[in-house]
Amino acid sequence: MANLSALAGYLDAASTEPLHPAAREALLRALDGAWADPARLYGGARRARVRLDEARARVAGVLGVRPDEVAFTTSGTQAVQLAMLGSLRARRRVGRHLVVSAVEHSSVLHTAEAHERDGGSVTVVGVGRSGRVDPDEFAAALRPDTALACLQSANHEVGTVQPVAEAAEACRAARVPLLVDAAQSVGRMYVPDGWSFLAASAHKWGGPPGVGVLVIRKGTRWRSPLPDDEREGRRVPGFENVPGAVAAAAALEAYRSEMEGDAPRLSALVDRIRESVTRTVPDVEVVGDPVRRLPHLVTFSCLYVEGEALLTELDRLGFAVSSGSSCTADTLRPSHVLEAMGVITHGNVRVSLPRAVDSSDVERFLAVLPDAVARLRRTAGVGPA
Amino acid sequence: MRFRGRTRRDAEPAAPPPAPAGPPPVLVIDALGRKCPIPIIMLAERIREVPVGQIVAVLADDVAARTDVPAWCRMKSQDFVREEQLPRGWGFHIRRTY
Repeated sequence: MANLSALAGYLDAASTEPLHPAAREALLRALDGAWADPARLYGGARRARVRLDEARARVAGVLGVRPDEVAFTTSGTQAVQLAMLGSLRARRRVGRHLVVSAVEHSSVLHTAEAHERDGGSVTVVGVGRSGRVDPDEFAAALRPDTALACLQSANHEVGTVQPVAEAAEACRAARVPLLVDAAQSVGRMYVPDGWSFLAASAHKWGGPPGVGVLVIRKGTRWRSPLPDDEREGRRVPGFENVPGAVAAAAALEAYRSEMEGDAPRLSALVDRIRESVTRTVPDVEVVGDPVRRLPHLVTFSCLYVEGEALLTELDRLGFAVSSGSSCTADTLRPSHVLEAMGVITHGNVRVSLPRAVDSSDVERFLAVLPDAVARLRRTAGVGPA
Repeated sequence: MRFRGRTRRDAEPAAPPPAPAGPPPVLVIDALGRKCPIPIIMLAERIREVPVGQIVAVLADDVAARTDVPAWCRMKSQDFVREEQLPRGWGFHIRRTY
């Protein structure tokens, strides 16, 4: 984040948020002062251990959980995989049924596929046009042999916030543990309580890459699906990334306190984009819930335009955005999210605003978008309708 | 488990469920082998060739068309009649409404 000009036109915070200045400072300090093996007994090692446990306590504080419920992983994906596989393993005697929503992150869906290949069964709960899960439908999918249910806090492609509180209540009544993939929400908005597992990713909140968070609430049955390893309370294998964890905690605290003020500003810019795109681009559909949504993310689809071509054109114009319809976006293609919602899967653009976004960047984007879309449509031989 | 199955609830089912054949299309657009959005572009271009109230069919084998054709009909207020499975790909039947 030192180089502000590198951030100009960066509108892809949902892929990764630029490193927060507080995280950069904490990372550099910890690289120098907390590099020793936190499992050893000499002074430098003990200092690294203290820094790691401080980071754990700070993350726990923001999440509203106990420090010993927090484990640092190498990514959000690893947190999801460990939570799912470890829960399914620990509850094998209860049953082998898994519930997921149709619009989960690919890490959840691919783990569900692996579970199914392994002889388990999976119920996929669909979504409405806005991408939101119906809590009653989610509750109805729970069975006596359900080992685990998974619901994201908010959708990564369209920003729709999911009914986590209602799902947690249904899971509590059915005595089924709930995994909340909160990668898109942590640090940005409140995540309801009542879940058993939570997965998150530091680089989404301005922390460094290579740090995820797995929370396992007290009393939740979980058994590592991996060979024995003593690190991170026997939950996550491998040498701890202490500097990364320290920086992640610093970013989360900073981000969380700033988002109180930043979220309304970003949300207003998103409203501005939603309004402007609908007005200035013909044959466009803004997708996702307009109200129950992440503060910083908006997605729209332009008819008759190829997603990748549009991203390339916007890149040429100086804007970094993402697309669920990009063929390289995911191994599940076309976008399983857009497909589950029943909306156009091509010509899709996801705009997600980083913390420090300049509103003039957004205005420049809105100014060039209509012509970019029109040019691509002309190239494809689509005349003005 | 099907990620790209029709897992959503079709709140506005475009096709009356047991309409086995329906009226035959007066125009068939062959978009087999073409990737989305080409089938949609071809449909948008040529739907004016059929009289209002008549059926146009699009043949496509890009799986994205299964989502995009009904979504296009919803956006453009055209009437999505049905999808039929073909030996290769699908046939999508659309009634021109205006």
